[in-house]
Formats: sequence, C-alpha cells, structure tokens
Amino acid sequence: MNAETISYRAAGPAEWRDFLALTKPRVMTLVVFTGLCGMLAAPVYVNPVIGFTAILCIALGAGAAGALNQWYEADIDALMKRTAGRPLPAGRMDRDAALHFGVGLATFSVLLMGLAVNLVAAAILTVSILFYVLVYTVWLKRRTPQNIVIGGAAGAFPPLIGWAAATGRVELLPLLLFTLVFLWTPPHFWALSLFVRTDYANAGVPMLPVVAGTRVTRAQVFLYSLPMAAAAIAPWPLGLTGSLYGVAATLLSGIFVVLAAIVGGSREADQAKMVAERRLFAYSISYLFLLFGVLVADRWIAA
Amino acid sequence: MIPLDDQEIRRRQRSRAIVTGWLLGGLVVLFFAISLAKMLR
Repeated sequence: MNAETISYRAAGPAEWRDFLALTKPRVMTLVVFTGLCGMLAAPVYVNPVIGFTAILCIALGAGAAGALNQWYEADIDALMKRTAGRPLPAGRMDRDAALHFGVGLATFSVLLMGLAVNLVAAAILTVSILFYVLVYTVWLKRRTPQNIVIGGAAGAFPPLIGWAAATGRVELLPLLLFTLVFLWTPPHFWALSLFVRTDYANAGVPMLPVVAGTRVTRAQVFLYSLPMAAAAIAPWPLGLTGSLYGVAATLLSGIFVVLAAIVGGSREADQAKMVAERRLFAYSISYLFLLFGVLVADRWIAA
Repeated sequence: MIPLDDQEIRRRQRSRAIVTGWLLGGLVVLFFAISLAKMLR
C-alpha cells in the first residue's frame, strides 16, 4: 500500500476505541504526568476540582493535537510498520471525522481551561496545540531533520501549563522544566529513530539518521544529553529545589549521559541488534517520570 | 473496502452512543463541581 492508494473513506462509523486511539493515549500519559507535576510543584494551594479540570484540559488538548497530527499524517503513517495500524491508515475511520474530532476537542479544552482555570494556562495550552499541529506536523516534520529539535517544544509545554494553572503566572522553575523536556526530546526520539530508521526512510520522513546517517545521529544524541543534564540539575544550585531533587537529578542525569555516551560510541549498523539505543529510549521515558516525581516529592518535603 | 452489514453499523452506533452518554454525564458532574468550587472560593 502506498500513499496514493489509501482510501480515506471508512466502510462504516468508527468504533469509539478508534477515537481514543486517535488521541495517542500512551503519549498522553507522559504529558499528563509532567503537567500534573508542574502543578503539584507550584507553591500554592490548588482546589482539587480546579486542579483536576486543568489536568483534564491538558489531556484533552494533547489528545486533540494527537488526533490532528494523525489526520494530517495519515499518508505517511500508512507507510510505516509502527503506525500502519492507526485508525486512519487502516481505513477504520473517515478522515473528516478525525479532523472534526481534533478541532472540536482542541476548542473545548482551551475554552474549558480559560473559563474554569485561568487565561494564562488557556493561552499556553493554545500555543502548545498550535505549535504541535502547525509548526511541527505541518511545517517541520517533512522538511527538516531538525523537526524533532524544534517540535520538541510542543511536548515541553505541559509542566508550564500545570504551573500556570496553579499560579496564573510563568516563573523560572517551570521555564527550566520546559527547557529540560525540550532538550530531552532529541536524544529520546533520535534513539528511537536509530532502530526504526528504515520505517522513516520508507515514508520519506527526513529524520536525522535518514538524512545525516547514524554516526552523526549518535553524536547528536550524546551532545544533546549534556545540556539536558545541565537543565535538569540547574534548579538545585539556583535554590529552586532542595537537595533531594538535586541528588536525584544528578544521579539520574548521570546515568542518562552514560547511556547516551554508549550510544554515541556504538558502531552497530544492524537495527535488530541496537541494544544500547533501545536501552536509552526505554530509560529516557523512566528518567522523565522519575525526575518529575522526585521534583514533586522534594517540593512537598520543603513545604 | 468491505461494506459493513447493518447489524455491525448498529452495534458501533450503539456503543458510541453509550460512551457519549457517559461522557456527557461526566461533564455535567464536572461543571457542577466547578461551579461549587468557584462559588466557595
């Protein structure tokens, strides 16, 4: 099957599970978690109902962005093994239904955030959805191998939104958390793209390993891990967190840099044997979960 | 593309309607709770 032969008209109404799949629930988990931690790390009391609503809006906004991403990318999703089973390329859903669902969900999430939480959080949520859909999906992804670097900003917004939902302001700590996720994204995705680069090449997506080769990508993975580690540890010397976070961030980031260095030094060409790359990819997910979890624990101990 | 039979279409419509109903019910509860939270602030 290629892009020209895909039918975007489904045989019948899509199942509700397909609408759920359109929101990329696995990606949403990390988004919701970092958003929640951004909110819990803020030094103010948040009414549980308002807090729940804010996190719901972040989840709905992320789901909407995921749906619009899949709506736009149905043609290349059909060409990659990893994504060919999604509702649109698999022909289980009309393309229009996905578009209406995504736009409706995005509008609802922003309106609810603005009316129930505050306008600052709603504004950042709007920027994050538009950034992911227009800047990353439509503009950058098919044009430049730097797609992940700039597009990574979209995934970095949730802690900022969580903090803004709690305080109504944007401050230094959430900006550092934004920087951390922003710098974490390239090594995370490039580790993945190293062992699925054939998929990206087949779909014509200019991911770094496809355009610049695996050697350059490996070097970039390591190089990005250094400022990422600095951004992760920075809140400690700046006095924004306690020593619990500082020690944990130093240890966890140290392990990340070592794993990234192993990937950087590897010369493995067979995708099936890329153990170091898979290990870094898996660790990078745990890393973010642990780091944000420790941040909240540290803030609560200090409070 | 194989056309779905009527029974399958009805089944999908029914399951979507049930999920939509639950979601709308959840939103009613949420809006009520938000109203209370705003009033008690």
